[in-house]
Amino acid sequence: MSQLLAVLFDGVAYGMLLFLLSIGLSVTQGMMNFTNLAHGAFAMLGAYVTLFMVQSLGVNFLLTLPFAFIVTAAVAAVFEITLFRRLYNAGELNQVLFTIGLVFTASAIAAYVFGSVNQSVALPAYLTGYVEFAGAKLPSYRIFLVIIAVFLTIAVVWALEFTRFGAMVRASVDNQRVARGLGLNVNRIFALTFALGSGLAGLGGALAIDILSLDPSFGFHILVPVLIVVAVGGLGSIWGSFVAAACLGLFDVAGKYFIPELGAFLIYLFMVVLLFLRPGGLFGKR
Amino acid sequence: MDPKHWIRRKERLSVYEVAFWLAALILPYALFPTYLSLASQIAVTAAFCISLDLILGYAGIISLGHAAFFGIGAYAAGILSARGWGEPVSGLIFAGIITGLVGWVVSFMIVRVHHLALLMITLGLGFLTVELANSFYWLTGGSDGLQGIDTWPLLGIWKFSFWGYTSYAYALAVCFLVFLFSRMLVRSPFGLTLETIRENPVRTTALGAPNRAHLQKIFVISAVIAGIAGAVLAQTTEAVSTEAPSFQRSADIAIMLILGGTGRLYGAILGAVIFMVARDQLADMNPQYWYFWIGLLLMVVVLFLPRGILGGLEILAAKVRRK
Repeated sequence: MSQLLAVLFDGVAYGMLLFLLSIGLSVTQGMMNFTNLAHGAFAMLGAYVTLFMVQSLGVNFLLTLPFAFIVTAAVAAVFEITLFRRLYNAGELNQVLFTIGLVFTASAIAAYVFGSVNQSVALPAYLTGYVEFAGAKLPSYRIFLVIIAVFLTIAVVWALEFTRFGAMVRASVDNQRVARGLGLNVNRIFALTFALGSGLAGLGGALAIDILSLDPSFGFHILVPVLIVVAVGGLGSIWGSFVAAACLGLFDVAGKYFIPELGAFLIYLFMVVLLFLRPGGLFGKR
Repeated sequence: MDPKHWIRRKERLSVYEVAFWLAALILPYALFPTYLSLASQIAVTAAFCISLDLILGYAGIISLGHAAFFGIGAYAAGILSARGWGEPVSGLIFAGIITGLVGWVVSFMIVRVHHLALLMITLGLGFLTVELANSFYWLTGGSDGLQGIDTWPLLGIWKFSFWGYTSYAYALAVCFLVFLFSRMLVRSPFGLTLETIRENPVRTTALGAPNRAHLQKIFVISAVIAGIAGAVLAQTTEAVSTEAPSFQRSADIAIMLILGGTGRLYGAILGAVIFMVARDQLADMNPQYWYFWIGLLLMVVVLFLPRGILGGLEILAAKVRRK
């Protein structure tokens, strides 16, 4: 029983990690209709920022997290302004190929700079232990992940639904022309949204090092689960992504534990069938 | 101009095309006899690339998992051969029928969805195929690869040898037939309707064209061609592994198509030739750096040559002619 609880909790924590990684993509993809496969590359950037600061500068892991967010957001803003902006009307295939090209290049650069070995990062002592709960040992770091995920969900929903900036974003997405006519600087709003979404990916990447371990193919590895979360949850729906991520995390961990030979197969099958029945995802608006 | 006359004129093979295919037949034997196995792989890849061009370039259906059909065809032909029937031509037909059936089932899903859902469904089907090939160890050999494929002599006369004389002739013949068929298809009224559906589905509906039925048809045709290409690879290399339906192959084929230029068949062939030759020549390079250049190339092509190399050449030629 306590073992089952531990497995389930592992699944939830993994799901929360997926949610942290995909929340930014859900916002940018859902809002700007830009198929961004480079999202994983931004997550990898954040992870390497944290790795570099902890390993080479000796900074505390927790203190590096804001930098993972800020550096990634800044780089993403530069990319948005110089490159991605030209692709918003370029058709899906071009977006897919351009961003996947970016992932290829980023992973080669990461291999060149950091080597192609698996990297891990030293956590502060209070995040490495266990918490006993109902006879089960729950790793502190995963509890920390769940707390951050819940906190960020509330923050993002609040920012999009209840702030002036959120209203501007929603207006630009719903009807660009009218938003422009009302004097909104739509280009700047998109650039900001994109930077914030990618920054969240960077943060997610930094938090993922301890669970998934970091190597130059990180951007590819997380891309598929992240895309599944966004597609199944429904574009632009934060709660949809939350539910989809939690389910996927549970399915994945429990599947690998109880039916290892079929786990991945069931996830893909579930996704294909669900998207066939509901192409817009679980909570999609369109 | 009378439309029938116009279509008939577009169907005629030009001198350049005849010269191209004659060169493809003669040059490898005359100039690069040690590279015949590479040449036959290129022919297979070109046929596969044409199959993607049919759905992506002409009908506008994006697929990130087209290698699934390639893999299914490869496994179908490989398993048939490993179980004791190694006759190549009937193996091709068998593989074509199997992939056609799978493609027909899948086509119902494909025409229903768009955008991200389409990308994810094709991606998911690709992964599903890999997982299935992995799980059915008794049938496919799983991650060890399929063992015991033995391809009988072609038409009972020509043996498949290590040097690939027969392999290249066989692969090129299949590629040429695939090309001829596709060329006829895309220049027929059916092919022209597909292009119209790609550009403006609402209008074709208004004109009375059954959009979904047309898209399903071309998807099944494309799946069959991809399966046949996979079968040729299985028969000529006498090996199949889970690499055949992998995402890597799906991505590579899309890269080749974009590189050469979509919606023009020769773009698919040119892209396959350039990509495969470059990869062969740069094989000593660390794969990570190979992907650095591929990534960079992709970004440059998307930004500056959105219609691929052939599209760029066409624009250049038009400019020269105007002067």
